Amino acid sequence: MTTTDTVRKADAGSVRAVPRKRSRGSATGGLRRAIAPTTLLWVLAGLYGIPVLWFVLSSFKPAGDLFSLPLTVFPDDPTVSGYKEAWASANFSGYFINTIIVCVIATILTVGVSCCTGYALAKYDNRWLKAFFLCILATTMLPAEVMLAPLFLVVRDLGFYNSLSGIILPALLTATGCFMFRQFFLTVPDELIEAARIDGAKELSIFLRIMVPLSRPIMLTLAILSFQWRWNDYIWPLLMLNDPEKFTVQIGIQSLVGAQNINWSVLLGGSVISMIPLIVVFLVFQKYVMNADINAGLKD
Amino acid sequence: MTKRAPDASDVSVSPPRRRSKYTLAPLVLISGNVVLFALFFVWPAVIGLVYSFTNYTGVGSFQFIGLDNYQKLLGDSTFYSATTRTLLYTVLFVPLNFVLSLLIANVLVSKHAKGASVARIFFFIPWLLSPIIVGVLWRWMFGENFGLVNYFIEKVGGSAVPWQSNADLSLLVVVVAAAWAWTGFSMLLFIAAIKNVPTSYYEAAALDGAGPWRQFFHITLPSIAPTSFIVILLNTIHAMKEYAVFASLNNGGPGTSNNLLVQYIYQTGFKSGQIGYASAASFVLMLILMAVAVIQMMVNRRVENR
Repeated sequence: MTTTDTVRKADAGSVRAVPRKRSRGSATGGLRRAIAPTTLLWVLAGLYGIPVLWFVLSSFKPAGDLFSLPLTVFPDDPTVSGYKEAWASANFSGYFINTIIVCVIATILTVGVSCCTGYALAKYDNRWLKAFFLCILATTMLPAEVMLAPLFLVVRDLGFYNSLSGIILPALLTATGCFMFRQFFLTVPDELIEAARIDGAKELSIFLRIMVPLSRPIMLTLAILSFQWRWNDYIWPLLMLNDPEKFTVQIGIQSLVGAQNINWSVLLGGSVISMIPLIVVFLVFQKYVMNADINAGLKD
Repeated sequence: MTKRAPDASDVSVSPPRRRSKYTLAPLVLISGNVVLFALFFVWPAVIGLVYSFTNYTGVGSFQFIGLDNYQKLLGDSTFYSATTRTLLYTVLFVPLNFVLSLLIANVLVSKHAKGASVARIFFFIPWLLSPIIVGVLWRWMFGENFGLVNYFIEKVGGSAVPWQSNADLSLLVVVVAAAWAWTGFSMLLFIAAIKNVPTSYYEAAALDGAGPWRQFFHITLPSIAPTSFIVILLNTIHAMKEYAVFASLNNGGPGTSNNLLVQYIYQTGFKSGQIGYASAASFVLMLILMAVAVIQMMVNRRVENR
């Protein structure tokens, strides 16, 4: 089976095995030129795909079959009992709802706040705005992980401990978001604003009526990124939440791993369920994510 | 009054009244972020620095103890091992991720490779997954008694490798898992950069008889140097802060041998309630991060000036 090779190569060999084929391929020329790069591409794609595929396929196996030898690729007797058990046990559905609430609210607010700030930074020319831009960039130097303890105290003192707002609020400050909107609004010609001003439009209505609709692609891109960041958040929710009723999916899964005897069937099911929303969002908005200029992706 | 003067002279320069005319609108627009910045950045940064000189436990009163926390850190072997483990992890992760994502980006933009747009999804999906899921997934692959990897190793005649109980192998699995998960992101940056290299360079080089290897090392690599710099910088900073993958893959194990800095901060600050001490550790982490950034910028500048 080729899987044997591919899995072994996943460790280190892949890098070495690859260029040889490639140079050989392009040296021969002609139609055969496509063979080597295509093979290489798909071998690599296989290496990256196999872990997920194996994981997802395993999640459909009945608990008893998970460790039975010889291992089979496809479940002989596909079942969703792992999923059912995961969904029912440990209040997984509750975690799911909590996470969706956090993701949706945080995403909407992140996009709104970043859009306003990015526009101001791009289209107004005040000295204090430039200073504030530097401040925003400074947040990338001091990531949240570094400030875990003091940030925790601040959010606690503000009264947000053990609440979903405690997860949402600190996350809204994102340099990446401001930067993306700033870069976008820089490309919008100033004449557009001038014309609206001459027509007597107020500053904020120029922003809301003309600029916000214009920036829809950036909004969507940042929304996808923000949704992903919040969905995948782990350490901050872990610190903020004490009450299992309020846990998010990632903490729920990690608590399953932390158990002494891992119930793999439940863990696999729960894990796959937690992957679904992101994969769906990604597949729907694929072209935006792929074209996103994430050069500004300094911080989540 | 003195502040007015430069503004008044500016009026003669091109967009004349823009500067002074609009103050309220931009102020309203940035107000949300200003509040967030003050609350969740300035405030914690300041009290974090203050607390790092105290014996604060998170509740009640505290005393200033000067540099005691920092001195204690210097003598704390757990902190040392967490730091060296973090650095080792970074040193392994960053090059692996760099090579893999550069390789994949090159193959993906190659006009001879068929099915690139579909294959790209395979590389991208791992990046979507949460670090917790990445950990669970690789734990499942590298289980000592049940994992797919050991199964194949045994099938080809090898003996089961102690992926979980050997500290170094355990770290290696996390490195591979993290590189696997982060390829998608670095790859996107590389693809954008490679696509921006003018094709005429390659055509000229091909006329001069340069093979793909020479083209890669003499055209692609120098042309994408700024992107390489960003990728290395982002990956390094990311690696220094890694926690979630460890938490779910091996929980810093076996034992505590793979506890990293963030985990150390979490343990001391929240498990043992030594907020002051944890704040000091945080600032050491920050200093390391800043040093990394500064060194990389210096290296980058030197390379670019050559």
